[in-house]
Amino acid sequence: MHAFGQILKTEAKLYLRDIPTLVLTIGLPTLILVVLGLIPSLRQPDPNFGGQSFVTYFTPSLLVFTLAMVGVNALPTVLATYRERGILRRLATTPANPAALLAAQLVLSLAAILVSAVLLALVARLAFGTPLPQRPLGFAAALVLGTAALLALGLLVAAVARTAKSAQALAVPLFMLVMFFGGVYLPRFLLPDFLAEIGAYTPPGVQALLDAWTGTAPQPLHLAIMAVIAVAASAGAAKVFRWE
Amino acid sequence: MPVIEVTNLHKRYGETVAVDDVSFTVAAGEIFGVLGPNGAGKTTTVECAAGLRAPDGGGVSVLGLDPRRDAARLRQQVGVQLQESQLPGRLRVAEALELYASFYRDPADPARLIDELGLGEKRNTPYDKLSGGQKQRLSIALALVGNPKIAILDELTTGLDPQARRDTWSLIERVRDSGVTVVLVTHFMEEAERLCDRLAVIDQGRVVALDSPAGLVSAVAPEQRIRFRPSAPVDDRLLTDLPQVSAVARSGSQVMVTGTGDVLHAVISVLARNQIIAADLRLEQATLDDAFVELTGHRLAD
Repeated sequence: MHAFGQILKTEAKLYLRDIPTLVLTIGLPTLILVVLGLIPSLRQPDPNFGGQSFVTYFTPSLLVFTLAMVGVNALPTVLATYRERGILRRLATTPANPAALLAAQLVLSLAAILVSAVLLALVARLAFGTPLPQRPLGFAAALVLGTAALLALGLLVAAVARTAKSAQALAVPLFMLVMFFGGVYLPRFLLPDFLAEIGAYTPPGVQALLDAWTGTAPQPLHLAIMAVIAVAASAGAAKVFRWE
Repeated sequence: MPVIEVTNLHKRYGETVAVDDVSFTVAAGEIFGVLGPNGAGKTTTVECAAGLRAPDGGGVSVLGLDPRRDAARLRQQVGVQLQESQLPGRLRVAEALELYASFYRDPADPARLIDELGLGEKRNTPYDKLSGGQKQRLSIALALVGNPKIAILDELTTGLDPQARRDTWSLIERVRDSGVTVVLVTHFMEEAERLCDRLAVIDQGRVVALDSPAGLVSAVAPEQRIRFRPSAPVDDRLLTDLPQVSAVARSGSQVMVTGTGDVLHAVISVLARNQIIAADLRLEQATLDDAFVELTGHRLAD
């Protein structure tokens, strides 16, 4: 336990020292929200979005941005780099378990997502009057399951990729798909219906996040699919993960 | 009493035999070298001893324990420096040592170890900003921070400049003098010759020789060759009468004597008794390099 505490502390320091990634994952979604919110017409209630403003409608998609950055981009890149540099192997020669490093990275990913989500929700609430998630329990469930699905996919990438470069090669298209279906590139009302519908079922499940945020109970099927993806991807990752 | 016993070790990766049949023992307190060309099976051998790989045949015993079955106990007592293993780029020297110290029940004081390894001024430097020699010293420090009984060091001076290499060598000697048994994997002859008390020469997965560096050389190539220019004419018989001398040859004004044992002393003494001075005296001895070629039939290519 002492060793895990030290590993977590050390990894946290390293995480905080990587300023560009930190700004990109935690700061950028809120920054985009602020920039969009400065445009008055985007703050007006609009029947297109069920009487909400565009800013409110788009906020869950910005959360998807953070989840995608942390889950399928940062996590697999860090783990693949650690393997490529022989850091995991070196750890295997000590009494510490290299799995502790993996666990520490997951804890930090969760912390980054949590900080980013709280920051986003608070700024949206205080600056633009977007209500806080209306169904806190449903929202927590959607966030936790969506996060689990993306982190599991990130682990799968880290497991399959042998080097940091190949991790990036796998992570970038995955990241772009998650972003696209999460409505970050194009707001989802601009997507054809069937594409928007697909986005409800691709991790992290933006529809469930949006529903819970605006006051509708998230659909159990949406949540169940995230859970299935999380379990399947992490089982796959556990099967093929290599420490060296 | 041996601290490491390797008996008929065999390890293959698919169809490729990495280690065919390797046996040796390492005694407490010595620097034991595992010498051989790249791909000879050195790293696989020590990785089996470190418990990182399971042998396909034969046995390995470290401090009387099985490196696979008793891995948890052995990791407390064996420090390992792996070939080409790095640290996170932003991790600082002191942080790395404190982190690794936290893994062990009875660790060395990280701050003292940093000073002993000459990294005192670099304690807050990130790993990526260290020079090759400093990275290597940090890596050795990490292998020592658990106060191990055995340190296994794989290719520790590869890629270092000559000065850094010599510094690392004296560091290893200090480690041995502090009572730690050192297993050194190397493909540098000079390193093996300078550091190792005994060494196993491995080629194509087999031990081809096991001896001290000097023992290896004299077993393979016992002949020494002396060249000099005598200050006065020398009768060949004066030299060939010496029991240590096997041949005498001349080339111009130069005399070349071949012999064994203390041939140099015998030749100098007989010349001195005859008031002859040996100018431009040279002694040529086989090196470990020559011994290696003799043993394996090929040169230890870098």
